Parts: sequence; structure tokens; C-alpha cells
Amino acid sequence: MKQPTSSYQEMMKGIWRDNPVFVQVLGMCPMLAVTNSAVNALAMGLATLFVLVGSSFLVSIMRLWIPKQVRISSYIIIIATFVTIIDYSLLAVFPKIHKELGAFIPLITANCLILGRQEAFASRTTVRFAVMDALGMSGGFLFALMALGSVREILGEGALFGVSLFGPNFEPWVIMILPPGGFLTLGLILLFFNWVTEKRRQAQINYRLSLNSIEESRV
Amino acid sequence: MTTQKPAEQEPSSTRLIATLAIAGLISGVAIVSIYEATLPTITANKARELREAVFKVLPGVSKMEKYQLEGNQLRFRTETGKDENTLYGGYNQQGEFVGYALPSSGPGFQDTIGILYGYIPITRKVVGMEILESRETPGLGDKIYKDLSFVSNFYDLSIDPTIVTVKKGLKSATNEVDAITGATISAKAVVRIINEGNARWVEKLPTHGLALQEQPTQQEGEK
Repeated sequence: MKQPTSSYQEMMKGIWRDNPVFVQVLGMCPMLAVTNSAVNALAMGLATLFVLVGSSFLVSIMRLWIPKQVRISSYIIIIATFVTIIDYSLLAVFPKIHKELGAFIPLITANCLILGRQEAFASRTTVRFAVMDALGMSGGFLFALMALGSVREILGEGALFGVSLFGPNFEPWVIMILPPGGFLTLGLILLFFNWVTEKRRQAQINYRLSLNSIEESRV
Repeated sequence: MTTQKPAEQEPSSTRLIATLAIAGLISGVAIVSIYEATLPTITANKARELREAVFKVLPGVSKMEKYQLEGNQLRFRTETGKDENTLYGGYNQQGEFVGYALPSSGPGFQDTIGILYGYIPITRKVVGMEILESRETPGLGDKIYKDLSFVSNFYDLSIDPTIVTVKKGLKSATNEVDAITGATISAKAVVRIINEGNARWVEKLPTHGLALQEQPTQQEGEK
């Protein structure tokens, strides 16, 4: 964040390198609670995207007018307003999905990922960077939700987006759509993520070592 | 917005209060607008859901009326407001009374289960059941509405003397319901809620409902 970065980089960092779920381990509550099907995960991800982008935009515009002492309460007011907007819109347009997500839509307000981005980023940067960062972070969140939701729905219901995949003979692993399945899947995905990161780091170290040894052999 | 430059200077409390007040005001206006904007759609959705549920639990019905039970007197419900003691009457295409759709609710495994069920007074039978609201365990308890073999228990179910739950596959009498393996509590809760509904409604309801001749002011019982 110190060197000037392009807004594209600002966006991409949220999706992989600083992924809010897999790297920062934020927003675990909706992550575990509403990922029992891909549709719920998608709806939750999009709702969060709307709230995060909207509030980052507004917070960044208003950052000079909001006194430091009341910033957190101001951010919360902004976030809660966007949450209420998405809450009522979902209730009007997709009542079925709203019923499934239930209390977790209002609870987006309390998602520390969103307040965290306002405090750590949007309130200190220009609108363009703030929006790109919010897009990236919520994109990363959506990606994580979808990964978890798809795995759990495929194994727990034998379906994806409600479309049956394996035919009637598949015995669904009911545990996958129950809370323990959320913890198991998340744990395994985190394991995979750390394994990939670790492998990359090792590869870099090996690469540097081999470069050194080549130079040594030349000398 | 003016005195931010000297880093140490505290903004006055008036300014802090003003900031929050303005934020709250704008937020309030936004929330009220979205509420007003979505309210008609939300009400219409709910009404449509209810109509669909009534038509589903009472096969052969093409018209419904909202009733209200006042003491022991059944009458057409004309006013809006609290839905207490509201029930629904279903009529076929010729305008003849078919049966009642009765709401009932009670505790399930996780949270309240809300049920609407169809009841035919002449045969004293339940002919359909729809779960309006439930938070039963996904994959297990939610079979009370997802598992068709359980739901079909309620297509032709005698209510006398009471409805009883039996172990899956043991249903032999017309007042018995096959429970769901792995979700016995939810299945029993559904049966209990319907029995409670019967105790609350059935004896007070006239066998032939209310005749349709004088049209109530509402259209098809909807707002």
C-alpha cells in the first residue's frame, strides 16, 4: 500500500493475495452460515458486494467531512443504510432467497470485513481506489462464498444451483449442509490455500538458491 | 470541514453532534423511501403466496374468501388489520363451498413452524398441508415440506379421534401419519400443530361454510 499502485492491482489483491476470507479470515459468520447452497452463497456475496462498494464510495467521498471522533458511528450509519436498502429490495424482488438468508442480511452490517475496509482503506484514499478496493474485496468474498457453497451443495444435496448432478442414486452427505460441514469445508479450503501459498514461497526460495549456485559455479 | 488543519485541535461537540445528526437524517430518509417503495410489492408477494398456499391445500378450489371467527360465529372478514382468528374458505368454480384452509403454528425442532392445512368438514378429513414458515434442519427436518412421501400423508387424512404419528412404513389407519426417519421431532411437531389447529377451529366451523350469494366488498378475499 505504500508505493503507488494501479487501481487494477488494488482490485486484484482482494481476490487472491489479500482474500478477505482465505487470507484475512474475516466475515466468518455469513461464510459458515449461509453457504449451504450455491444460490444462497451467490445472493449473500452480491448483497455484500453492493453494501461494501456503496459504503466505500460514500465513505471515501465524505472522508474530509467526517470528524475522526465519530467516524466509526458514521461508517456504521452508512453501512446500515445500504444494508437496509438491500434487505428491502431482496424482500420485494426475491422473497424466496430472502427467506433462506433470513437474519443474515441485516447482519451484513456487523460484518467486520466491511467496517474494516472503511477504516483501513476507504477513509484514507481517493474514490477511485476505494471503489476498486471494495470491488476486489467483495469479489474475493463472493469467490470464497461460492467455493464453499458449491462444494457443500454438490456433496450435501448432489446438486448445483438446484440442478441435480448425480441422479437419484446419489446418497447426499447431509452433514455437508449442516453446520459441521461448513467448518470442515472451510478448514480444508484454508488448508489448500495455505499449501498453495507455501509451495509458491518454496519455489521462489529454490529459484533464488539455484540462481545463486549458478553464479557460484561461474565464479 | 473548516478547522481540520491544525492536527491537535478537537472539533467542537456541536460539530460532532451535527455530523451524526445529518448522517442519521439522510440515512432515515433513505430507509423510509426504500421502505415505501418496496412495501406494495412485498404486500402483494405475501398475499400471492397465501393464495397459492390456499389453492394448494384445498384441491379443486378456484376461489377463496377470508373468514373470521368471532366467538363462535363465522363471518366474512372485511376489515384489514390483525390476522387473529382469520381462516380461509375455498369455493369451486360453481361457487360451492369446498372446505376450509386453517392456519396453525407451534414449536418445531428449531423454531416455530407455521402451517396452513386444508380441511373438508363433510368428510372430516385433512386434504393438504403446506408449511408457511419453518427453520427446521436443512437436509433432515426440512423434509416436512421437501419429502413428498411425508407431505402426501396429509392428502387424505382422517382427523378422528386425533391424528397420530407412527414409525415410517407402519401407517395402517386413515388417521395415521408416517414419520420421517431422522426427523421424528419435526414430523411429530407437524402432526401436533394440526391437532392443535383442529382443537381450535373444527368444532366451531359450520359444515357448509358461508354461502357466497352476497359478495363481500373485497375481491377474492384479498386486499
